[in-house]
Amino acid sequence: MRAALLRIGALLISLVLASVVVFVVLRLLPGDAAGATLGVGTTTDQLDQLRSELGTDQPVVTQYVQWLGQVVRGDLGTSFVSRLPVADLITQKLPITVPLSLSAFVLAVLVSVPLGVIAAVHRRGPVGVAVSAVSQLGVAVPVFWVGVLLVLVLALQARWLPAGGFPRTGWDDPAAAVRSLVLPVVTVAIAMSAVMVRYVRSATLDVLDQDYLRTARSLGYGRWHALARHGLRNAAVPVVSILGIELATSLLGAVVIENVFALPGLGTLLLDSVTSRDLPVVQALVLGLTAVVLIMNALVDLGQRAIDPRLRTAEVAA
Amino acid sequence: MTGELTTTTPVARGVEAPAAAPGRPGGARSRGARRLPPSLVVGAALVGFVALVGLVSLFWTPYALDDTGTGERLAGPSAAHWGGTDRLGRDLLSQLMTGAGNALIVAAASMLVAGVLGVAVGVLAGATRRWVDVTLLSGVDLLIAFPTLLLAMLIVTVRGASLSSAIWAIGISGSAVIARVTRVNVARVLREDYVTAAHASGTGWWGTVLRHVVPNVWPTLLVQLMLLGGGAVLAEASLSYLGLGAPPPNASWGRLLQEAQSTMLVQPWGAILPGVAIVVAVLGLNLLGDGIRERTDPNLRGDR
Repeated sequence: MRAALLRIGALLISLVLASVVVFVVLRLLPGDAAGATLGVGTTTDQLDQLRSELGTDQPVVTQYVQWLGQVVRGDLGTSFVSRLPVADLITQKLPITVPLSLSAFVLAVLVSVPLGVIAAVHRRGPVGVAVSAVSQLGVAVPVFWVGVLLVLVLALQARWLPAGGFPRTGWDDPAAAVRSLVLPVVTVAIAMSAVMVRYVRSATLDVLDQDYLRTARSLGYGRWHALARHGLRNAAVPVVSILGIELATSLLGAVVIENVFALPGLGTLLLDSVTSRDLPVVQALVLGLTAVVLIMNALVDLGQRAIDPRLRTAEVAA
Repeated sequence: MTGELTTTTPVARGVEAPAAAPGRPGGARSRGARRLPPSLVVGAALVGFVALVGLVSLFWTPYALDDTGTGERLAGPSAAHWGGTDRLGRDLLSQLMTGAGNALIVAAASMLVAGVLGVAVGVLAGATRRWVDVTLLSGVDLLIAFPTLLLAMLIVTVRGASLSSAIWAIGISGSAVIARVTRVNVARVLREDYVTAAHASGTGWWGTVLRHVVPNVWPTLLVQLMLLGGGAVLAEASLSYLGLGAPPPNASWGRLLQEAQSTMLVQPWGAILPGVAIVVAVLGLNLLGDGIRERTDPNLRGDR
């Protein structure tokens, strides 16, 4: 319990640190936000007025504290470009990015966990060798290229699925919405599976070498029975840590892949804001996505402790 | 044309010869012990091939990059244009060759940034006072959790899209892993008896680091740097695909792919070949890393 509280405390500290880093890096912008918004040819009066409006004439520390206070209250500021509240912009995009990354994650787990276990059990057989080789190749393949190839073959040539875009009606037309998300989901899942299969395989291999598994076999359990009874829980400990990282990866994969498929989600919003230097949006999105990654890492640590009692006793001993 | 870029077949054939050697009884023992891991051979060959192409592209490409030639646009592979042409009639092979140089520059430069920064932080954390260690490590852990793509987007927002922005983002991001690996190994080596012995016999701090720590740590670092190089090529390709990498006239595989995407129903090679090139380079660096690890780490000899 004490360890769990410590982990949550560490999470809070890293969240604050991350917010400082994001805030400070974006304040290094040559010129300032007011100049970036108004562009060339504005008078100093206009600039001064906007500066006091934006609060950028205050010291950096004051600005940071004010901003953090607003963020905690759910106010993410206003976009320089569209003049809309950043929080609204982000909420509008969630119905695309969240289903995309969650389904990709689930699909990748469903594919890579069984494949990884099979590849480990039959490590010298044709299946094991094939899975290892394909995943070695898969790790080297850029995720956007998988998307481009799938579009080329399944959308442009076979015409089975749309090549990109999202129905204007959104989820009011569920069939069309799902159809436009199929290829993006498969793309992200393929890229993630290549990485995950390797982790599952190596975690299972570690377990297969253990004495307790050999003992179970010698007591008459079959290979799969022994593995199911004694192996999976042990193999799950490193795999859970990877699952957390991969859930974060699926979110970032979605950011890239939305741009391949022209999906109006968080990734497209982020890229547009970076290109147009829309500081409040970049700031909120980068911090938000980083926060998700940090929170996932913390949950994974807590989850590992729940699975493996040895991690709990190790703490007491220490 | 695909044969140009997928060198796996001739390389794989070359690997079989040394692999067969240790099976021979007698005489082959010393050669068997010196046998190179296949991943090292294949990885070195792939990286060597990309490096050679990149080097050649500095002095010679079949066509100039801005040469729209006979004006035949979006043509498939032909005798004159082995990779076909793009939507402006420019030679694709020439652009791919220049892209190899670009990818290697990014890989090498970000490995340098990550190496220098990471080793400095790692040695400092591993070999000095405890509070320095704790402070540096919490920063490193935050950086490890901070996704490269997001760091790159922050840097591009501030500095604009350029080759150096991409290199800094990838290098700084990668330095976190290098720092961790360095710190763990430096701390481990400093606890060894032979280091205590060296101290006792009057070797200074720098002497100990150079004579005992560096030789023990560099194979692990080399492996990490190679894997980082593979990741750097991938990251640079993603950034330039998104339009956040080096702007034209720099030829980047990611941007070539992005430009060809809208016309790929007419000329699919433009969207296929840059991807193949990325895979060859990344696979090569990854295999090279694995190979060095297998060669230098006795614990890993086996079927992992």
